[in-house]
Amino acid sequence: MIKNISNLGDAALYCDFGNDVNKEINSNVIQFFKNIQKSKIPGVINITPSYNKLIISFDLNITNFDKIKTEVEQLNFKNEIANVGKHIKIPVCCDNDFALDIKRLEKLLKLEKEEIYKKFFSKKYYCYMTGFIAGMPFLGDLDDSLYARRLDTPRVKVPKNSIGLTEQFCNIYTFESPGGWNIIGKTPLDIFDNKNNSSPNLINPGDSISFFQISKSEFEEKYD
Amino acid sequence: MTENYFEVLRPGINTTFQDNGRKNFYHIGIPFSGAMDNRNFVMANAISNNKKNNPVIEFALQGPKLRFKGDKVYFNVTGDVNFQILRKNKIEEGVCYQNIILENNDCLDLISTNRSVYGYLSVNASFKIDFYLDSCSVNTKAEIGANNGKILEKNQIIKIENITKKYSLNKLDYINSKIENIRVIKGPHFDYFSKTAKELFFKEKFSVTKLTDRMGIRLDGPRIENIKNTNIKSEGLVKGTIQITADGNPIVMLSDHGTIGGYPKIGVVISADYDKLVQIPPGSKIKFKEINLKDAETIYRLYEMETQNLISKTK
Repeated sequence: MIKNISNLGDAALYCDFGNDVNKEINSNVIQFFKNIQKSKIPGVINITPSYNKLIISFDLNITNFDKIKTEVEQLNFKNEIANVGKHIKIPVCCDNDFALDIKRLEKLLKLEKEEIYKKFFSKKYYCYMTGFIAGMPFLGDLDDSLYARRLDTPRVKVPKNSIGLTEQFCNIYTFESPGGWNIIGKTPLDIFDNKNNSSPNLINPGDSISFFQISKSEFEEKYD
Repeated sequence: MTENYFEVLRPGINTTFQDNGRKNFYHIGIPFSGAMDNRNFVMANAISNNKKNNPVIEFALQGPKLRFKGDKVYFNVTGDVNFQILRKNKIEEGVCYQNIILENNDCLDLISTNRSVYGYLSVNASFKIDFYLDSCSVNTKAEIGANNGKILEKNQIIKIENITKKYSLNKLDYINSKIENIRVIKGPHFDYFSKTAKELFFKEKFSVTKLTDRMGIRLDGPRIENIKNTNIKSEGLVKGTIQITADGNPIVMLSDHGTIGGYPKIGVVISADYDKLVQIPPGSKIKFKEINLKDAETIYRLYEMETQNLISKTK
């Protein structure tokens, strides 16, 4: 649970759940996030869950740090809210045109690309958080034989919908963006739908994700 | 009924529709966005006698040049802006913080901001634009908000509707504050930095580099030495957060910032100084001054009182 609450500037609460990254701590963060969302504490204007921190931004015209801290500490916490993650299946095309860093990974991990993909596609992943850019999911954990560091020089432009790996995590670049993750493929699915005005995110914190491989022709079909 | 609209003769560098932004979407990666300089945004609408959160046109450094077509409309410009109105037989120098009439075929040339970055254009009407997640605010990274999430383009049309008859006759006397110290509350990773680095951070000046936009300000100055770890496990950010990147330079998060980040946070700019911060143009210098939470809260109350006081003068 929360180890410490401090202030982040004058208009946010910084809730620290520890320094480790694992599903247990993160589920606590997400449970807390959902509880606060439900509790509708006056003045709260943003809540950002991440691996092991939760940041609560508030409107200084309505409330302040001391008030919000007390309200958060006295929250009537319901444990059951969190366990409602969806399971989502994501198609990925690993054609050489999309798998920009597969050769680098073969060298770095000392594995053939078939083995890399076999290991990647056989696991189910957990969504720790979404963000940085709109809708980007941070998923884990990879098989430990796939742990690779970031690119030495990040790409200026990672193509939209690329699947990237780094350390124990994988993610999906929901928009073209700068980035340093190892790119192994591309999905034809829109993970963030900027035409959807109610729930634009396909993947949310707490969801579980599995990937399956598709051919280039299947990819192109889905893209049209 | 006459159709009223602007023709964009020159779009300007980074001209967008903004209101006070989106709330409660950080967790899906969508930042606040909204007008960068909140006070000038609020004042623009007050002078037009619009609703508080009416969309305005925000421009940066060089503004747009617009031709008005239609019956007539009143507009005002806030910020520290050099602009002209080109009428049939004369050129009129613009004065900020007062309502000015535009008639058919008049041009408004928002030439530049003076020693600042952002200016605002408001009309006593509404722009016909789209909203996304309860806000018109354009976020070009996520391609959301009015104008398909894009900056203004040459030759496009901006439709104007619901022109009202009530607007302020007063000219508001407001002097945009000169840039002074930017006050900062220490961040959760303040102790990641060496004793010397912590002293330098509050003693030396930092230059605002050209790598500065609505997402953030990149600063250049003395290297802030990290003695613990140049990376943290990615976590949430807020407007005004100052992160120190691996090369020892500060970056300050602004309204369109990425919602999470992996660099240690040395501090956060206080809410009352945010409007001042965003107006510091590339090439200028920033000096940070340490302040505690209680003082920051008091200063914010004063800031808000001053804003309300300015609004009341437009009535």
